Amino acid sequence: MNQNIYVVIEHLRGQVAEISYVMLAGARELAKGLGGNVIAVLLGHKAQELAGNPSASSGKYLAADSVLYIDHPALADFTSDAYQKALTNLIAKDQPRAVLFGSTSIGTDLASTLSIKLGLPMVSSTRSFSADGKFVSQICGGKIMAEGGLPSPTALVTMVPGGYKAEQGQSTQAPAITQVEVPVLESLRVTLANYIEPESGDVDIAKEPVLVSVGRGIQNQDNIILAEDLAKALGGAVSGSRPVIDQGWLATSRLVGKSGKSVKPKIYLALGISGAPEHVEGITTSDTIIAINTDPAAPIFGVAKYGSEIDMFDLIEILTEKVKQSKGG
Amino acid sequence: MNIAILVKLVPDLVEELTIDTSGVALDTAWLRLIINEFDDHAIEQGILLKERGGGQVTVVAPDIEGVDDVLFTAAAKGADRLIKIKGDFTGVNNHALARAFTTVVKELQPDLILTGVQANNDLDGSVGPLLAGCLEMPYVGYISGVSLTEGKSKVRKEYPGGLIAEMDVTLPAVLGIQAAEQPPRYVAVSKVRQMMKTSTIEERAESGLDMAGGPTIGRMFQAEAGQRATMLTGSPDEVATKLVGIFKELGVL
Amino acid sequence: MMTYDVIKSILVLLALLVAGGIFFWRIYQLLWVNLRLGQRSGPFKQWGERIKGVVVYVAGQFRLFRVLIPGTGHFFIFWGFLILSLTILQAIVEGLVSFANPHFLLPLIGSFGPLALLQDLFAVLVMVAVIYAMIVRLIVNPKRYLGSHKSQGVMVLMFIFTIMLSLLVMNGIRINLGQDPLHYWRPVSTAVGKIFSGAAAGTQVVIIEIAYWTHLCVVLIFLTELPEGKHFHVVTSVPAVLLRNLDPHGQLPAATDHNGQVGVNTIEQFRWRQMFDFYTCTECGRCQDVCPAYASGLPLSPKLLMMELRDNLKERGAALRTHASNSTTQATQVRPLVGDVISESVLWACTTCFACDQECPLFIEHISPIVEMRRFLVIEGRVGTELQDALANLGRYGNSFGQSERMRARWTQPIQPPIKDARREPVEYLWFLGDYASYSPTLTDVTVKTAEVFRKAGLDFGILYDAERNAGNDVRRVGEEGLFEMLMEKNSTALSKCTYKAIVTTDPHTYNTLKNEYPANGDEHHPVLHYAELLDQLITAGKLKFSKKLGYKVTYHDPCYLGRYNGVYDAPRRVIEATGCELVEMPRHHDGSFCCGAGGGRIWMPEGEIQERPSESRIHEAVKLDKVTTFVVACPKDVTMFRDAVKTTGNESRIEVKDLIELVHAAL
Repeated sequence: MNQNIYVVIEHLRGQVAEISYVMLAGARELAKGLGGNVIAVLLGHKAQELAGNPSASSGKYLAADSVLYIDHPALADFTSDAYQKALTNLIAKDQPRAVLFGSTSIGTDLASTLSIKLGLPMVSSTRSFSADGKFVSQICGGKIMAEGGLPSPTALVTMVPGGYKAEQGQSTQAPAITQVEVPVLESLRVTLANYIEPESGDVDIAKEPVLVSVGRGIQNQDNIILAEDLAKALGGAVSGSRPVIDQGWLATSRLVGKSGKSVKPKIYLALGISGAPEHVEGITTSDTIIAINTDPAAPIFGVAKYGSEIDMFDLIEILTEKVKQSKGG
Repeated sequence: MNIAILVKLVPDLVEELTIDTSGVALDTAWLRLIINEFDDHAIEQGILLKERGGGQVTVVAPDIEGVDDVLFTAAAKGADRLIKIKGDFTGVNNHALARAFTTVVKELQPDLILTGVQANNDLDGSVGPLLAGCLEMPYVGYISGVSLTEGKSKVRKEYPGGLIAEMDVTLPAVLGIQAAEQPPRYVAVSKVRQMMKTSTIEERAESGLDMAGGPTIGRMFQAEAGQRATMLTGSPDEVATKLVGIFKELGVL
Repeated sequence: MMTYDVIKSILVLLALLVAGGIFFWRIYQLLWVNLRLGQRSGPFKQWGERIKGVVVYVAGQFRLFRVLIPGTGHFFIFWGFLILSLTILQAIVEGLVSFANPHFLLPLIGSFGPLALLQDLFAVLVMVAVIYAMIVRLIVNPKRYLGSHKSQGVMVLMFIFTIMLSLLVMNGIRINLGQDPLHYWRPVSTAVGKIFSGAAAGTQVVIIEIAYWTHLCVVLIFLTELPEGKHFHVVTSVPAVLLRNLDPHGQLPAATDHNGQVGVNTIEQFRWRQMFDFYTCTECGRCQDVCPAYASGLPLSPKLLMMELRDNLKERGAALRTHASNSTTQATQVRPLVGDVISESVLWACTTCFACDQECPLFIEHISPIVEMRRFLVIEGRVGTELQDALANLGRYGNSFGQSERMRARWTQPIQPPIKDARREPVEYLWFLGDYASYSPTLTDVTVKTAEVFRKAGLDFGILYDAERNAGNDVRRVGEEGLFEMLMEKNSTALSKCTYKAIVTTDPHTYNTLKNEYPANGDEHHPVLHYAELLDQLITAGKLKFSKKLGYKVTYHDPCYLGRYNGVYDAPRRVIEATGCELVEMPRHHDGSFCCGAGGGRIWMPEGEIQERPSESRIHEAVKLDKVTTFVVACPKDVTMFRDAVKTTGNESRIEVKDLIELVHAAL
């Protein structure tokens, strides 16, 4: 056993996911206290440049002390079975102090099963670490925090965003890459058939300067028009949280959050959105978040710069009117 | 097709959550437990599969206050068998729960196991992939659609940004459901009440709740907003005026 | 060789047998065979009340005068029909015995002068009424007739006109020929006779016979057609009024149960008495005229609903008869009722405002079959997502807001000293708030003011705090009978542990179900009062004194569940006057009040494709009143609905929506 912190880098279709940098930042904090190294684990096929080259969007490298790279055609796209098999060998052999996964569609397919297979302890929904080796996880929709010592010998951790900024996990220096031997990957029970592209939709909410975003508080489809009027007046678009999309009141292309898009508007106006972690994930990159919610305890007020407990239905039409007036005059 | 659906009960976030005197757990005195909403989607997906292709649906849940209602509701939706695992599940983690489910699932020999992709109180991973580990079955989570053919299932797995991966999964397998193909259906209260009279809940005893593999919680506390939003107060008109001021300041107007 | 008089007797007899046979065969099929498909109804009690109803509503035609001139026209046609049916009898008997005595007169009927005069005059009145009705149908053509069988209506009017005309011609010529000993009593017939007096006597005899046969044939054709169309009400109206529902309006009939299936999916799952209503509909469209759903452009028309149910009953009845010998399953080839014959959107459009039921001259119930079919939809899980959310919340938390029951009394926080907990100490008045007054953030102010007014009046009152649940009035009307029962059980248990003299409610919907549907309430031991009634009592008793005269010019909107359902009209008006406000009525007031659109669970559903919201129509109506500045309501949902409507119609500067309690509070 050693004090190294492994970070399983998540990437999808040639792009390193934001959560990977967040994990690297968390790993760094943990490693500092424990005196180990931060080691990125990259699984893929012909994906070396993801570790060796700077990211196209930030121009930065993975902030890891080194990268372990496993290459195999079966790892080209994520599938739980192949990734698990590859990681089982690696973790069993290297016995790092902790392995970090994203609390995502990729990471959660891996960590728990590995915990049982390898007989290793695990922690989920971790937001941050402290230098003395403690984790803080958030549960109950972000309302409750649980703190504890990192379990031994090797802790498998799934991380949620929010505790670290992506930039903290980025570096100007290219990490050293070590190619790791490929395990035997056969008789796989999960295989990728194909990808289905997201419906392109009429607007790309990731590019809108203003988003009027609606949650369950909008109550019904008829009220969406109110948000649309306001968004139009502000020169932006309407987006929504999961319940609104699940009801079919807005197209999937308008979904903000974990399973939707991460957005970065100048203003993100959240109407009747409580602020569950899955949603907040997608909005932290916004310049200014303004939240309107009648529940004073709504977690959204923890991430918003401005807030009001006023009933959105009392406000929205007056606001639209005032915005129009202000543009007219 | 033999489908097993595993459900658990979680704290209702509508209620104000408080920490008990031990400081490491939620105060159960004020807690309302409800079905994990993702498990509700798992039930819906299971019933949809049965309606499309036939088969038997068994819903399994640990014995926690309110579980009978959850099981009878599932029966009213179309579940064929209801199983309650008896035992003291207070404060039990997902590792122990997954092991308890394992025993029952081995008895049921299902072709497909569905469960919610996550739950709001997961601290040691989620039940689905843990169970898959115990049963040495494949697991795929974040599923929003399932179709079944001989011995295989084709699933729709969700990625961020609305991207979907269609994956082939060899059965038996465990699937973590993010959303059923249609929102969970409504069940009339009288239908649930009727089920209480006509259907039975089978019981199985837990075979030792082994919590190994979960973390030890040293402290639990209510999340405090790091920086709390500046609150705008007043009449709708005043708040709107303030907001327009902010919009101008930020240069969008 | 047979004489004409003998042949006439034979032909009349044959015609009578054929027409009567067809008539009775059709009646037998419709009223015996088909109604026996239905479920049990009754028992029917209070016969005195029932017979009184027949006198007032059939003989007196009381409800018809709500639409005055056409109602008056109908009154004359109805009475003309009764009085002149004796002349028809005379004509038939006269024909039957023609072989023995072609000039036979029935004793009394054929020889009583004053009766002859009455008949003579009524024949004219009926003809005038028929011409008027014809003008209404063909030229005025009011919207309430939209969807009714126009040609059938016109045809029957022509029948009646022909019957009257032929009668006058017959009588007139008989006078000419000196065959009528009562000719002094028949001025109109005499006048008509003059027209033919120039013709030869032989020609006149032929004309009499033509008029006779026209008269008889039209009467008999009318008879055979009677059961087939809207004029079947001639047969069904007396039993319909006699067997009308005498339970309180606010008490919805219990759900029918068909081997565990609750509610109605096929026509024969209705009670036979409901089926009888389907036949009774005259397609007059008064219900359609007052229906808020219809007015707002939603697909529901209570009239068309009745017509479709009637058609389906006939169709399915015929199918079941045809296939009775082999199997009933083939009858299911008839279009399914719920979701097909009656679409789901029709069923969900109803606000259960009771305007249709009240308007119907023949006491047809529209809401109860709608709710029965909704019950089936709910059992099948065929509910929209918004409604599903509301019902799930009501099941889990006891309120439609999806908030914890512990938040129910959060509005009381600023009130000192705290409001009594009725579960802990006896109170005189147990205040049952309802969801909107408790949870809606926009209504907190009104609710707090209510508490302050109660305090000022020195009222000994308390609330149930977190033990109160939604009373279930609209849950029941949405068709979720099981959930209603569950809510009622929980509230009843909570109430049974409290000591109180009376319940006072904020919400008329709550008031209705507590008063009329909860078993332990609404009696003299536990009266249920709406706060308007309580305030009225307090003012009358001198316990509530005002220091100010407000001097506003106001109008008042009668909430459906307070007014039409429970007849509370005067108490709120007296309270308004006591605050020194001048009350101006809108055109639609008292039992003619127009629903805000939120009732019957509509508040939990998307409003759908509408032209004008009922609440907006109402605000337009109110702002037309001269100098009225305040729109007074007495229902929390109304506050929400009408404040929205004032905004959406852009009338913020012209009218303000105020709860009755706000007036009282301001005048203290």
